[in-house]
Amino acid sequence: MDNAYLIETVIKVVVILLVFSALAGIGTYFERKILAFMQRRLGPMNVGPFGLLQVGADGIKLFTKEDIIPSGVVAPIFKIAPVITAATAFMAAAAIPFLPSFTVFGYEVHPIVADIDIGILYVLGVMAIGLFGPLLGGMASANKFALLSAARAAAVFISYEVVTGLAALAPIMLVGSLSLIDFNNYQIENGWLVWSQPLAFILFWIAAFAETGRTPFHLIANDHEIIDGFGTEYSGMRWGLFFIGEYANMFFISFVIPIIFLGGFGDGSVLGAFALLGKMAFFFFFFLWTRAAWPDVRPDQLMWLCWKVLMPLAVINVVITGFVMMF
Amino acid sequence: MEQFNNRNVADNGYYMVDIEDYPTDGWGQFKRIVKRTFRIELFVGLWVVMREMIKFDIHTISYPEEKMPIGPRYRAIHEMKRLWESDAERCIGCGLCEKICISDCIRMDTSIDEDSRKEVSSYTINLGRCIFCGYCAEVCPELAITHGGEYENASDQREHFIDYAGMLTPIDVMKANAQKEFEGFGAITPHEDERVKTTPLAY
Repeated sequence: MDNAYLIETVIKVVVILLVFSALAGIGTYFERKILAFMQRRLGPMNVGPFGLLQVGADGIKLFTKEDIIPSGVVAPIFKIAPVITAATAFMAAAAIPFLPSFTVFGYEVHPIVADIDIGILYVLGVMAIGLFGPLLGGMASANKFALLSAARAAAVFISYEVVTGLAALAPIMLVGSLSLIDFNNYQIENGWLVWSQPLAFILFWIAAFAETGRTPFHLIANDHEIIDGFGTEYSGMRWGLFFIGEYANMFFISFVIPIIFLGGFGDGSVLGAFALLGKMAFFFFFFLWTRAAWPDVRPDQLMWLCWKVLMPLAVINVVITGFVMMF
Repeated sequence: MEQFNNRNVADNGYYMVDIEDYPTDGWGQFKRIVKRTFRIELFVGLWVVMREMIKFDIHTISYPEEKMPIGPRYRAIHEMKRLWESDAERCIGCGLCEKICISDCIRMDTSIDEDSRKEVSSYTINLGRCIFCGYCAEVCPELAITHGGEYENASDQREHFIDYAGMLTPIDVMKANAQKEFEGFGAITPHEDERVKTTPLAY
């Protein structure tokens, strides 16, 4: 392993960590502002111009607040759970190409930490490991709401892994590779996968809401029925890690959806790079948009939707794709 | 005021929402799901919030800088009015407010002054007990004890919100003819003059 590669990788890791940790904070600002505007409110206004420094104020609060470990909890698991959520969220970013490769001072930079052959499998798998954060945190909390939330998290994530996997399977069959770079290159020649796989696109998108636990499927931390779910007993930076993990996941899945279905960064031009960022911004905005517009479903409705509607549709989609490819 | 006086809610654009019957059998449920899926009802909700965002018709009031006008019947901290003619306090010491106060928080002492007139030697309202029901203002025959509109009070005890000197209209406000009459319960209604009947003398 030569030095240039090592230095490049370390720099990329640090940049991704810093950028997306900061984006998680700024994401909360956008979320609060956009939700407020959709509900005819103003949102944060008092800290800094237009409330922009609210992010900083929240960060200071999270970092300096006392880290309470309640006496009834299983302390080692309770302490490690938020780290799992945040760490897996950022680990998933390793196989995501955020931008097309570009040249700096004659050195070609690939803005992907590791272009591994099983990229999409790795991303989905590591994101699925993130489920251990809510699950272990909720079960170790010695709190009935946290326990309910943990049970729901296990049910939801396991169910929707099936939909995610089956929905991604049909595009994988067409592309013939698991690398997200190959997905991007395939779509340069054959057009966006959303046109040949519209159903898979919609199923994957729906499952992304369950994977990230966002509002129609927000039931693992539903404020109005189980307080903050698995986060009820957490305070300070441990809760903040859950938070960063959730928002980082939203950003990463907002990158993955356009890369798989909407042409990614295209042919690698500057325009393509901005197009990918634009698509990512739209999907992130859509997460906030649905939170303002849609009600939450009940856990049984969520299971019903997964096993009786989405999974059969995904299987049918895979079968039809297979037949079309065969003949 | 007109908008508050109109109690006829049926004319204000209210209508009954047309709610379909719930399906009772499996086929009905299936039909409802198909209908909801392909009428893309979810996108109606998305459009509504997006429309509100584009219209940007913000209803927030930035409170410390902006304030809503409060209704004339609002019952905040009490005020004691002065007579327009003599700038003296209006209270005649009749004791009706003390009598009617359901939380027993008004206390007054009266005595005979040097002109052999009844004077109020002390008048206190224990705001820690007061429930701001407005009976005292309603019963006062002189419109002397009333409720004001000052709702921004802060103290470690409610008793300290105001004392008698603070309730009384300041004398400089009085000199500037700026005392505001109370329009809440017990106050004279705007068209009272037209409704006054002469006392029948002959029976």
